[in-house]
Amino acid sequence: MSTRLQSRLDTALEIALFLSMAFALYMALIGAPRERTMGDLQRIFYFHVPSAINGLTAFAVNFAASLMYLIRKNRWWDNLALSAAEVGVLFLGIVLVTGPIWAKPVWFIWWTWSPRLTSSLILCLLYMAYLLIRNYIEDPERKALVSSVFGIIAFVDAPLVWFSIRWWRDIHPSPMLETGGLSPSMRPAFWVCVAAFQILLIYLLRRRFYLESMRTEVERLERQSDVLR
Amino acid sequence: MKKIWAIFRKDMLIEFRTKDSLNSMLFFGVVVLVIFNFALGSLHDSLRSAAPGILWVAFAFSGTLGLNRVFAAEKENSCLQGLLMVPVDRGVIYLGKMLAATVFMLIAELVIFIFSLVFFNLTVWPEIPYLILVFAVGTLGFSAVGTLLSAVTVNTKMREVLLPLILFPVILPVLINAAEATNIILNSADYGQLKLPLTIMSVFTLVFGTISYLLFEYVLED
Repeated sequence: MSTRLQSRLDTALEIALFLSMAFALYMALIGAPRERTMGDLQRIFYFHVPSAINGLTAFAVNFAASLMYLIRKNRWWDNLALSAAEVGVLFLGIVLVTGPIWAKPVWFIWWTWSPRLTSSLILCLLYMAYLLIRNYIEDPERKALVSSVFGIIAFVDAPLVWFSIRWWRDIHPSPMLETGGLSPSMRPAFWVCVAAFQILLIYLLRRRFYLESMRTEVERLERQSDVLR
Repeated sequence: MKKIWAIFRKDMLIEFRTKDSLNSMLFFGVVVLVIFNFALGSLHDSLRSAAPGILWVAFAFSGTLGLNRVFAAEKENSCLQGLLMVPVDRGVIYLGKMLAATVFMLIAELVIFIFSLVFFNLTVWPEIPYLILVFAVGTLGFSAVGTLLSAVTVNTKMREVLLPLILFPVILPVLINAAEATNIILNSADYGQLKLPLTIMSVFTLVFGTISYLLFEYVLED
C-alpha cells in the first residue's frame, strides 16, 4: 500500500475510533439498563470483556506472525508479532485491573484463584516474558528468531494452562463466575463496546507496527552508514 | 536412535567426571527444603499436605540450575560449534540433550526426595512406584520445554536470570499437575484420580516435545 493510502486509512480509523468510542461510552454508561443486583457496578463489564477479547485476538495475531516469521524470515512479521504482544499485554492488563475493581464489592475479595482469573494472569505473565526476553538479545535477527519460537510456545501453552487449572479447581466453584446469558436489553451496549474496542485494537496495532518499522529502518540506515564510513 | 544415545552418553560421561551441575542441583534442592521447613515452621502438623508443593518447588529450582548448564557447558572451548558440525539432524541433538537433562533431574530429585523423607518425617514405602511414575512423567515434561528454552537463552546476556523468567510461566501446567498428583499419592490414596494429571502431563510432554523437536533446527546457533 502506498504511504498516501496508509495515512488516509489512519485518518479514517481515527474518525471511526472517536465516534465509536463516544457511542460505546454512551451505551455502556447511560444507554444500557441498570443491573438489578449489582447496580452501576456491572457497567465495568462493558470494558472488561471487550478488553479480554482484544487481548486474546492480539495473542492469536502474535502466534500467526511468529509462525510466519519462522517460515518467511522477514522482519515485517517480527515487527507485527512484537506489536501484537505489546498491545495484547496492555489489554490483558486492563482486564486484570478492571476485574478486581469489580470483584471487591461483588465477591468481597480482590482476587480468587479461580480458573479464569488464574489463566488470564498466567497468560499475561507468558507474554510479559515474551517482551522481557527481547531486551536481552542484541542481534536483531536472533532476537526475532528467539521471540518467534517463544511466541509459538506461549500460545500453545495457553490451552494447557487452562485445562490443568480448570479440571482441578472446579471442585470449589468460585462465586458468580458464570451468570448465564446476557440479558437481551444489555446486548446492544455490549456489542457496540466490542466493536469500538476492536477498532481500538486495530488502530493501536497499526501505530505500534508503524513505530517498529521505523525503528527497523533507522537501524538499517545506521548499519549502512557504518559500512560507508 | 544410536545418535541420540551417543549425545546422551557424552553428556552423562562429562557430568559424572566433573559433577559440575549435579552437585549444585543437589545442594540447592536440599537448601530449598530447609528454607521451606523454616518458612512453614508453625504448620508442623500439616507438613505432609504441604510436602508435594515444597517438593516440586525444590525440583523445579534445582532443575533450572541444571538446565542452565545444558548448553552453557558446551560453550567452553567452542564445543557447541563442534556439536553443530556433527552430521545429524538438530532434532537428534535436542532429544539427546533432553534425555540427559531428564536423567540429571531425576537423580537430583531422588536425593532431594530422600532428604525430604527425613526432614518431613514421611513414610511412603507402598506409594513409591506411583511416586516414581509421577516424578518421571513430570520431569520429562519439564525438560522437554526446558531444553528448548535453555538453547534459546544460551547466547543471551544474563542467561541465568532469563531462563527461570521465561521457563516458569510455560512450565506451570506441569508443576500444577505434578504437585497435584503427588498430593493425591501422599494424602488421599485414591489412585484412580491420578489418571487426569498424568494425562495432562503426558499431553504436555508430547506436544512440547514435538514442537521443540521441530523448532530446534532454528534455535541452535553458535
